[in-house]
Amino acid sequence: MTTTLLPEDQTPDPTPEQAPAPADRDRASQWRLVWWRFRGHKLAMAGLVVLGGFYLVALLASFLAPHSTSWFDEDYIYAPPQLPKLVDTSGDDWNWGPYVNGYTLEQDPDTLELTHTVDPGTRIELGFFVRGESYSLFGLVDTNIHLFGPKDPDQPVYLLGADHRGRDLLSLIIHGTRVSMTIGLVGVLLAFVLGVVLGGISGYVGGKTDGLIQRVVEFFMSLPTLPLWLGLAAALPRDWGPLQRYFAITVILAIIAWTDLARVVRGRFLSLRTEQFVTAARLDGSTRRRVIFRHMLPSFTSHLVASLTLSIPAMILAETSLSFLGLGLQSPVVSWGVLLEQAQNFRAMADAPWLLLPGVAVVLAVLSFNFVGDGLRDAADPYR
Amino acid sequence: MLGFVARRLGLMVPTLFAISLVSFAIIQLPPGDYATTLVSQLEDSGQTVDTAQLEAIRERYGLDQPIVVQYWTWISNIVLHGDFGQSFQWNQPVADLLSSRLPLTIVLTLSTVLFTWIVAFPIGLYSAVRQYSWGDYVATTVGFLGLAIPNFLLALGLMYIALTVFDADVGGLFSAEYEEAPWSLARFADLLGHLWIPVIVLGTAGTAGLIRILRANLLDELHKPYVVAARSRGLSETRILFKYPLRVAVSPFLSTIGWVLPLLVSGEIVVSQVLSLPTTGPLLLRALRSQDMYLAGAIILLVSVLTVVGTLLSDILLARMDPRVRLGIR
Repeated sequence: MTTTLLPEDQTPDPTPEQAPAPADRDRASQWRLVWWRFRGHKLAMAGLVVLGGFYLVALLASFLAPHSTSWFDEDYIYAPPQLPKLVDTSGDDWNWGPYVNGYTLEQDPDTLELTHTVDPGTRIELGFFVRGESYSLFGLVDTNIHLFGPKDPDQPVYLLGADHRGRDLLSLIIHGTRVSMTIGLVGVLLAFVLGVVLGGISGYVGGKTDGLIQRVVEFFMSLPTLPLWLGLAAALPRDWGPLQRYFAITVILAIIAWTDLARVVRGRFLSLRTEQFVTAARLDGSTRRRVIFRHMLPSFTSHLVASLTLSIPAMILAETSLSFLGLGLQSPVVSWGVLLEQAQNFRAMADAPWLLLPGVAVVLAVLSFNFVGDGLRDAADPYR
Repeated sequence: MLGFVARRLGLMVPTLFAISLVSFAIIQLPPGDYATTLVSQLEDSGQTVDTAQLEAIRERYGLDQPIVVQYWTWISNIVLHGDFGQSFQWNQPVADLLSSRLPLTIVLTLSTVLFTWIVAFPIGLYSAVRQYSWGDYVATTVGFLGLAIPNFLLALGLMYIALTVFDADVGGLFSAEYEEAPWSLARFADLLGHLWIPVIVLGTAGTAGLIRILRANLLDELHKPYVVAARSRGLSETRILFKYPLRVAVSPFLSTIGWVLPLLVSGEIVVSQVLSLPTTGPLLLRALRSQDMYLAGAIILLVSVLTVVGTLLSDILLARMDPRVRLGIR
C-alpha cells in the first residue's frame, strides 16, 4: 500500500502576482511599487472597480439611460418599480426574452388619487439597443439608440419606479451620476490648489507666516461648516443659471475644504525641511521654487493623492446635503442630492420608498472613495 | 493651568471677532438692505409703506451709514443689549424666537456627545483588545457605513421603518399634548422619549470616527515595551489595560470634541429639518430661504460661538487630564 504525500514545498505559491521577484522589485519605479502594494488591498481594489463603473456610467449616461432627464409621463406618477423577468411561463409555451409587467390604474373614488399596481397579466417586451429619444453622444454623434428599453417606446417601463412627475428614476439616477461624481472632483481641485499653496508656504517659510496661516486654518476648522455653506448658498443670486450655480457651489465647498489639505501639506513640509536631500539641494544653489517643486513636492505626491481621494467623498456628501435642503443645486439640474430632495416630503416617502434609491448610489460612491483612499494611504510609502 | 486658560482665552478673541465678521457678511450678501426687503415684502402683501416707519428702521440699523458703522451698530446691540434685530418674516425680535429653540439645540447636541462617548468607548476598546476578531470586523464595517451614510438618509430610513413596521410617527421632540405645555416632569419624560431617534441619527458618524481613533491609538500603545514589561511582572490583563495604555489612548478621545462638535452642529440642521424638530436648524433654513437675514445671521453667529466655547471647554478639560497639553510640550 502506497500513499503519496505532496512535499510541503511543492504547494503552489498562494500569491504569484502579488509578490514580484526581488530583481523586479529593485528595478521598479516608485509608482509601480505603490501599485503592487495597493493591489494587495482587496477592499481598495473593489472600491476602484466600483468607482470605474460610476465614471463609465457618467460618461455614457445618455446611452445607458432609457430616457432623458426631461422625459416624463403624467399618467404614471409614483408608479412602483417593475421587476425585469427573463422567461414568461404564464402561457402554454415558455416565452424567452426580457420583459416587465405592465400597470393597472386604479382611482380612489373618494380622494381621486391614482394608484398603480404591477399587473402580472400584461407583458411589455424589453430589448437591447432599442431606438428611443435622440441625443448626442459626447456632443459628436447624434443617435437615438439606447442600451436597453421597451421595444415599443410608448410603453411604460420604470425599473426603479417613477417620481412625482412621472419621470423614470433609473434614468435620473444615471444622469445624476454625472453631476454628483464630478462636483467633488472640481471642488477638490480648487481646494487642492489653495491647500498646497497655503500649506506649502506655511510649512516652508515657518515663523510668523506659519502662525498666521495656522490661525486661519484653526478658525475654519472650529466653525460648523453647514450653516456657513447654507448662508453662502442662500446668498447666490436667484437668477443665476444652473451652470453658474454649479460652479459657485463648488467654490463654496472648496473655500472650507482646503484646510485639511493645508494641514497635511504643512506637516510634510515641516518634516522634509530638515532632510538631508533638501539641505543638499539648497547648498547646490537651487532657487526656493526649484527646491519646493523639484525636490520636496515629488517626495510626497503619493501621500497627497491619498488625502485628495479621501477628501472627495466629503465633497459629495456636502453637495448631497446642500441640494437635499434645497439650497444647493436645483432642478432642472439632476444630481443625487436634488433627487433625494423629493424624499424630504414625508408622505411621498411613505408612499414611494423607492425615492430613497439615489441614496444607495451616494453611500456606494462614498464607501468606494473611502476604501480607495485608505488603500492609497497604506500604499503611499512603498519603501517602508 | 491658569496660564494655559489665559492663553487659550486670548486665542479665542480673534476667532470670535472673525465669526462675527462672517455672520455680518452673510447678512449683507443678498442684494438690497433690510429696509428695501421689508418694503417689497409689504408691497407683495398689498400694504402701503409708512415712510416715517421706514425712516425709523433706517435709523435703528444705521442703514445709511458706511458698512463699518453698520457692523458696529449690529454687534454692539447684540453684545451690550442682547438685541439681535428684528425678523420680518415672523415680525418678532430675533432674540424672542431663539430663546425657545436654542436650549433644545444645546440639549440635543450635548446628549449626542454623551451618546457618542458612551457607545464608542466600549466598542473601540473591544475592537483594539480583540483585534481581527469577529466583533472587531462587525465594528469596523458598521463604522465605515456610519461614515458613508449621510445623516439625512439615516433619518429618512429610520422614519420609514418606524412608519411601516411600528406604525408610529417619529417626527418632533414632543407629543402633541406637551407641545405648548409648561415644563414639568411629564414633559421632560416625553422629551426623552422622542430624543433618542435624533440622537442616534446624529451620533452615528461621530461614533464611527471615534471608534476608529480609539482603536488606532490603543493598538499603538498595546505593543509598546512597557506593556510587555508589565505583563512579564505578572499584572493581570485587565489591570495592565486600564492602568496604562487606556489612559494614554483616552486623551485624544477627549480632544476629539473639537471636531465632533462642529460636525454635530452641522448635522443638527439636516436632521432637525427631516425630523421636524423645534430647534434652531429648521428656523435657519426657513430664514435663509426667505432671506430673513437678521435671523439667519444671528443663528449662524450663536451656533458658531457656542461651538467655539464648547471646544474651549474640552481643551481645558484635556489640559487638566494631560500635563503635556497644559505645558505646551509637543
